Amino acid sequence: MHSNQDSPSEVVLHVVSGKGGTGKTTVAAALAISLATNGHRVLLMEVEGRQGIAQLFDVAPLAYEETKVAVAPGGGEVWALAVDSEDALLDYLEMFYKMRRAGSALGKMGAIEFATTIAPGLRDVLLTGKAIEVVKRKEKNAANAYDFVVLDAPPTGRITRFLNVNSEVSGLAKVGPIKSHADSVMSVIASPLTTVHLVTLLEEMPVQETLDGIADLEANGLPVGSIFVNLMRPPKLDANQRKAVAEHSLSTSDIERGLEAVGLNSPELIASLEREALDHTQRVDLEARELQRLEDAQRTIVRLPLIPAGIDLGALYELAEIITNSEVTK
Amino acid sequence: MTSLDIDALLSNTDTEIIICTGAGGVGKTTTAAALGVRAAELGRNVCVLTIDPARRLAQAMGLTELDNTPRPVSGVSPGSLNAMMLDMKRTFDEVVEAHADPERSKQILENPFYQALSSSFAGTQEYMAMEKLGQLHQDDSPWDLIIVDTPPSRSALDFLDAPARLGSFLDGRFIRILTAPARGAGSAIGRIAALGFGIFTNVLSKILGAQVLSDIGTFVAAIDTTFGGFRERADATYELLKKPGTAFIVVAAPERDALREASFFVERLQSESMPLAGLVLNRVQEVEAGSATEEQITAAAQRLRASGEFELTASLLELHAQRMALKERQKHLAARFELAHPTVPIIAVPAMAEDIHDLDGLRQIGAELADKNNDW
Repeated sequence: MHSNQDSPSEVVLHVVSGKGGTGKTTVAAALAISLATNGHRVLLMEVEGRQGIAQLFDVAPLAYEETKVAVAPGGGEVWALAVDSEDALLDYLEMFYKMRRAGSALGKMGAIEFATTIAPGLRDVLLTGKAIEVVKRKEKNAANAYDFVVLDAPPTGRITRFLNVNSEVSGLAKVGPIKSHADSVMSVIASPLTTVHLVTLLEEMPVQETLDGIADLEANGLPVGSIFVNLMRPPKLDANQRKAVAEHSLSTSDIERGLEAVGLNSPELIASLEREALDHTQRVDLEARELQRLEDAQRTIVRLPLIPAGIDLGALYELAEIITNSEVTK
Repeated sequence: MTSLDIDALLSNTDTEIIICTGAGGVGKTTTAAALGVRAAELGRNVCVLTIDPARRLAQAMGLTELDNTPRPVSGVSPGSLNAMMLDMKRTFDEVVEAHADPERSKQILENPFYQALSSSFAGTQEYMAMEKLGQLHQDDSPWDLIIVDTPPSRSALDFLDAPARLGSFLDGRFIRILTAPARGAGSAIGRIAALGFGIFTNVLSKILGAQVLSDIGTFVAAIDTTFGGFRERADATYELLKKPGTAFIVVAAPERDALREASFFVERLQSESMPLAGLVLNRVQEVEAGSATEEQITAAAQRLRASGEFELTASLLELHAQRMALKERQKHLAARFELAHPTVPIIAVPAMAEDIHDLDGLRQIGAELADKNNDW
């Protein structure tokens, strides 16, 4: 069970980013459930201190401790962890120098906060470093502790800088311990073990940011995965109907007779319906244009529907199933 | 609900600074720009300071790109509108150049620690936004209203905290300890700190390496002797935010997470006695109120579907019902916010079918922002 051998892809670390408001954390959670399906063990990590995972899974705020938050279809498990740069630094000191106690004494003095703010990039290295530690961690029987790690990462605008820890740190430290730590983190991030997914909506700005993000990641040699198009709504009007709406040739008398048949005929309602039809047509056209721009980027696109009742645990499983049936986890 | 009167706020010449804040992706930048256009057309001389590099928005204002200097937007009268985008490194460099003699500023600008700090320290962007705001808000500046779009922070609260954090970081006791050798090893603070110093530098050099520590020492010594306490500057900008001429506008989308973040921010502003003007509830679903309920509309659509006739009407009714349901859900969320914050004025802005491309689009948003009769 604790192995990746049944998975043809080598990817272990799935990084999920996206513009604010696109549902990045929701997609990360659904992806974690999907990856856990059929007996896998997955760790879902967040690094921004928002406790978004706890809210989604409706559990108490996560401590700096791996906690089981959900089971997946077919016996898998989703564990979650909220990483804080201070805790990650203590881990780092313990792992490499056996200095946890000295570290926590300094923590009480406020020195850890100082150290993580003193070195721009140190914070990011510690956070990504923690993800890499989990990716590499082995059980006693030499199997991987987790089959997959899903990282709910900072937004698209900051993702390249966040992952590109090497260049962040090298501006500051050309040699030294933190530099070698960054190197080892980078050797996993810029490898086939890692993939970066971007979440977007079919609106102009998020799509533009996604395309810019892909270009940026690629330019820095970081592995780009799939594009998740979130909150998609199927068109209510078919192509012919939308064409008629756009050309203002929709048959009012036809609508009128329809409304008559259900006793709702009124000029006000007809006017509303016609306005909404135009609004809807414009929106659908815009979405189609934006989807085309994404398709031109030649990436796997996963389409996730808007869940009308809002996101709860049930909705996460619904989205997970869609992801499972897509190409992402295959 | 208490309606937020945008025109009264914008026309009031006592209003000198408006700060738009809220979670990422709620339309903060667009709101700031729309307020700018509206205010200029009400006769104010406005400068919009944006942090978000939204090219499309720059284009909407007729600017090919935004840089660190206010650029005039044409076609807005009788007042005037300028827009700029914060370049945090450039702004930091300017602060250094304004305060240090050429030789010393060169020394600071070339320091590796300064370079890292000025381009990627987590609070630098917020701090420099405040610095820029202070610069724009001089007595002799040509603007009488400055509208700031806050950085897309990890949390909206960072905007309030970061200046003080950077200030206390640079003025803080650890940096004093670190630079103690440069200040004369026999100082009182050096002696007091001696106990913790060994273990502290030991850990830091383990993490950072000795070169980094030495860069920091040089940087702090150089910057300290040139321009006074960073903390004082941070305190001054913080005080500017509390003045009655400042108005905070919290922007939110009618969604659970965005409203939760808006709640946090409203509470924080209130607890620090910051001047909160109100909440802009952006991109709400509008539906023309008819006599039929959502249930009736849905039932009617189902009957038409079952009959196999009038498919177009059925689709249109379904679309209508969908919108009614969405509006209901949004109103429910807004009502919960109102219940928790009954004194906060709110204005709802309807969702537009397409994104904003030009000044007319911004004008349209501005008109919606000012429409206090909107009974959404």
